[in-house]
Amino acid sequence: MQSNEYLPFLSEIKAVIKHTDIEYTFRLTYEGNVKPGQFFEVSIPKYGEAPISVSGIGSGTVDLTIRRVGKVTNEIFERYVGDKLFMRGPYGNGFDIDSYKEKELVVIAGGTGLSPVKGIVDYFCSHSQDTKGMTLIAGFKTPKDILFREEFVHWQQKMNVILTVDSAENDTTCKVGLVTEYIPQLHLNNVNEAAAIVVGPPMMMKFTTQGLLKRGFHEENIWISHERKMCCGIGKCGHCKIDDTYVCLDGPVFNFVKGRQLLD
Amino acid sequence: MGYCLDQAGFNQILNEWSKEYFVYAPKLFKDGGSFSDTDRIRYGEIHTVEEIVFDRKSDYSYKEILLPLSQTLFFFTDDMVKEADLPKKGAVILLRSCDLHAVKRLDEIYLQNGCEDYYYKRLRDRVKFILIGCQHSFENCFCVDMGTNRIDNYDAYIEMKNGEIYVDNHNDVWKPLFTTYSRRTPEVIPAYATENKTHIHIPDGITPDIAHSKIWDEYDSRCINCGRCNFVCPTCTCFTMQDIFYVDNGKVGERRRVWASCMVDGFTDVAGGGCYRKKNGQRMRFKVLHKVYDYKKRNGYHMCVGCGRCDDICPEYISFSNSINKLDAAIKEVSINAVK
Repeated sequence: MQSNEYLPFLSEIKAVIKHTDIEYTFRLTYEGNVKPGQFFEVSIPKYGEAPISVSGIGSGTVDLTIRRVGKVTNEIFERYVGDKLFMRGPYGNGFDIDSYKEKELVVIAGGTGLSPVKGIVDYFCSHSQDTKGMTLIAGFKTPKDILFREEFVHWQQKMNVILTVDSAENDTTCKVGLVTEYIPQLHLNNVNEAAAIVVGPPMMMKFTTQGLLKRGFHEENIWISHERKMCCGIGKCGHCKIDDTYVCLDGPVFNFVKGRQLLD
Repeated sequence: MGYCLDQAGFNQILNEWSKEYFVYAPKLFKDGGSFSDTDRIRYGEIHTVEEIVFDRKSDYSYKEILLPLSQTLFFFTDDMVKEADLPKKGAVILLRSCDLHAVKRLDEIYLQNGCEDYYYKRLRDRVKFILIGCQHSFENCFCVDMGTNRIDNYDAYIEMKNGEIYVDNHNDVWKPLFTTYSRRTPEVIPAYATENKTHIHIPDGITPDIAHSKIWDEYDSRCINCGRCNFVCPTCTCFTMQDIFYVDNGKVGERRRVWASCMVDGFTDVAGGGCYRKKNGQRMRFKVLHKVYDYKKRNGYHMCVGCGRCDDICPEYISFSNSINKLDAAIKEVSINAVK
């Protein structure tokens, strides 16, 4: 008989990295295979479970970057180093790094959408020989919403990074503008073979993919990742189904040829 | 092999089965209906053949036996979880052809779609099915058009005729029981509905573009998103996780899964305020297409089994079969608009 996939295991918090008032990265113990773009169902008894994507993979740990927006995540924010969380997973297909090797790659992320793609950015940052050119366009609402500030400093040395905010308020160190504004001026040697990954809020993904297509990207060279309500992560609960597709099983990462057809 | 038993004989068999199984069948719940002085037919445990309702359609399906409305998955304390126990006995379920076809749909989702579901599998392995014959169609049934009016993969078939019980047994383990308690061994051929008053036609040319049709708009105002259609449906399988804790000790509680409805508010809500289907028309479209379009695209056959319970139960008199029959016009509407 199959094992009981619903029973969670305990994972210890090894570090808490605070990015903003409502966004922390929790480094949790985990031994096993996991890919960027996959997710865990994280739970605290009596508060419930929430699907959280993997934002970093270490040896014996995974990073989960969590935005404090609901019942479960509110409670997770009450936990610190040495405390434990229940987890099960990883679930979902995740990003296949091989699809982006030996190509010009543009990663465009909006807000916490940076978490699921961070593993890809990290990989090409430390394996620059595997890419023909890497650009990261990351957009946040305001300077105080910026995640992974330390990593940005590191990434900027290894790749073309455009860090932009919707409104800078009084901060003059950031670029101001939507991520879509930087697409027309992207420097690419061969747009016909360039790849792009887009993750963020639904509206941001809609206009960003439109911008990429207009810039000359081929549909089959664009990947997106979807966020949906998920109660099981294993194709049973039905909440994430779109048409004949289960985001938890068939996604959350989709090639745009498939992804553009998904209408809730 | 066929058997004929009197009611006392069949009750002896029920008594024998009760050592190993809970026996579930459609029962009458007097005054349990939606309106005053109306009854409810739904599934419950039975001990005698007299309790079984043979002559009416059950308002709810057998589904709650395999997928309990609220099912405890495990108990927890701060840092420990303990799996919930399995029921002490297996189950024998008496059900009609449409519902037995629906079991295949539940199996598809819970055993085939992704990994096997631990809790479904352990119940399912201990269930036997007894087919109830349909001498005629009931109101709103459209099993004939769905091809679910006949089935032969039952453990036994049962029919009540002139106070006697006729059985066709396929289960070798039960053979000695039926031999002991039967009066005769006539040939028994399952009765099935050959004609429904309600007819449906599912067109071939459905594409996701049908979402842009205007046919869904009327449900924005007609449907009150109560979710009754999902709860009576023998093939609806969705659930939501729910944690509860005990009032006397807030550190101890349990995680349950409870039935969910794609028509009801909250089904697609994500933390932070996102909601992917706000309008009732969009939800109706999602449900209809799942039953007669996208499930088939994934699994090769339609999900809907044509039991018509959703039409029976709807407080707004929305007809599901009618909405299927509008799909043809919707395809034409969408293709004309695409040309424009």
